[in-house]
Amino acid sequence: MRLPLLALLAKEPAHGYELKSLLEQTFGQAYPSPNIGQVYVTLQRLERDGLVRSQDVVQAARPNKRVYELTPTGRDALAAWVEEPSDGPRIRDDFFMKLALSPLTGATDQMALINRQRRHYLGLMRGLSRLAAGADRGNPISKLLIEGAMLHLQADLDWLERCQEELV
Amino acid sequence: MIGQARPLAAGQARPLAASAAGTALLRVAGLTKVFRGDGGAVHAVRGVDLSVARGEFVAVTGPSGSGKSTLLHLVGGLESPSSGEIWLGGKRVDGLSQARWAVLRRRQIGFVFQFFNLVSNMTVADNVELPALMSGATRRQARARREELLAELGLTSKAGAAPGRLSGGEQQRVALARALANRPSLLLADEPTGNLDSSNSGDVLRLLTRVHDQGQAILLVTHEARAACMADRVISLFDGMVVDDAVVFPPLPSSTTAASVLRLGGDHGAGRSSLDPC
Repeated sequence: MRLPLLALLAKEPAHGYELKSLLEQTFGQAYPSPNIGQVYVTLQRLERDGLVRSQDVVQAARPNKRVYELTPTGRDALAAWVEEPSDGPRIRDDFFMKLALSPLTGATDQMALINRQRRHYLGLMRGLSRLAAGADRGNPISKLLIEGAMLHLQADLDWLERCQEELV
Repeated sequence: MIGQARPLAAGQARPLAASAAGTALLRVAGLTKVFRGDGGAVHAVRGVDLSVARGEFVAVTGPSGSGKSTLLHLVGGLESPSSGEIWLGGKRVDGLSQARWAVLRRRQIGFVFQFFNLVSNMTVADNVELPALMSGATRRQARARREELLAELGLTSKAGAAPGRLSGGEQQRVALARALANRPSLLLADEPTGNLDSSNSGDVLRLLTRVHDQGQAILLVTHEARAACMADRVISLFDGMVVDDAVVFPPLPSSTTAASVLRLGGDHGAGRSSLDPC
């Protein structure tokens, strides 16, 4: 969560709860909702590494709140992150190991493995369809991430078909 | 003889499939289809058994060439099987003449295809009214049903348009309205989203789910998991045979997020999303 937090702080300083609700607003249900404890722990680590700094703001009749802002080093780290190309998701190698090694383990046949995996993917796809049709319909960022996940799942299913054609 | 079962002649066995077909809307047993051409025989469907209960939504999926479209064409009487049985609504239909099949398709089976197959020189309204008129409804009945369907599918404003002026998604919705015009007991859909973009596919799938929720039985052939996963049950075909027949269980709503799917077994160690604590 380090870099998303830096990105949210790029515009203006904010405190922990503001950052948590900004993350939720931006990503909807596409990501699991961040826990406030995780947000604070990450901010402390960012401060330790010199990427953000903080100061207490005194509030009348309420506890002080700690407001975070980017340091120049933080701004550089953010710029470097934005500029570098990102790795794509990799092949589902745990499943592939099971499939490739199943003639040796003799535990189950490859068709059964492929069928089980396909059922699992179809279930996930259905979960995503519900998500897409539900609360997140109006959130374009969330919609795009859900669509990305669906396209990846379709690719995984197409690849299962290839495994089936070659191995079974 | 009315209201009384005809006694079986001595030594005559009651056909086995008849009792099972009593509960299922559609039952297919030992179905095969061999195409014979210059290049020899192609065994497109090789001994398929399947059933669809009343109101059930079943998807058939598999790679291209696995026989899924042929299977759907057999079930809809567009091709005749080389062997095997097809039972629809408790009646054996695989041996029917083309004329009897045509009547059956008008009354009991709705069809949706990948390429819409609308009549291009008729309006949307006339396309949707046509099946009702052909099966003997009055003009008034046909119009009432058409108005109901177009409203249901969000197409009322397109009633007077020619199909060619509509987007692909709209044309497929018209095709769906036409397929449902005679309240078929079974809707057959052959790659209905195969020619649509992502957003129009989503619309058509939502409508299919809605008509299923209203009690419509659907047999859907698709290679798209996004479409298949909407069904109650997914049958996987491979090389003309059923290799899996499974109920789709979605994960618990709270446990699926797009992020959790994207990092599913991703790169080890780094198999976490950008929003995970670090």
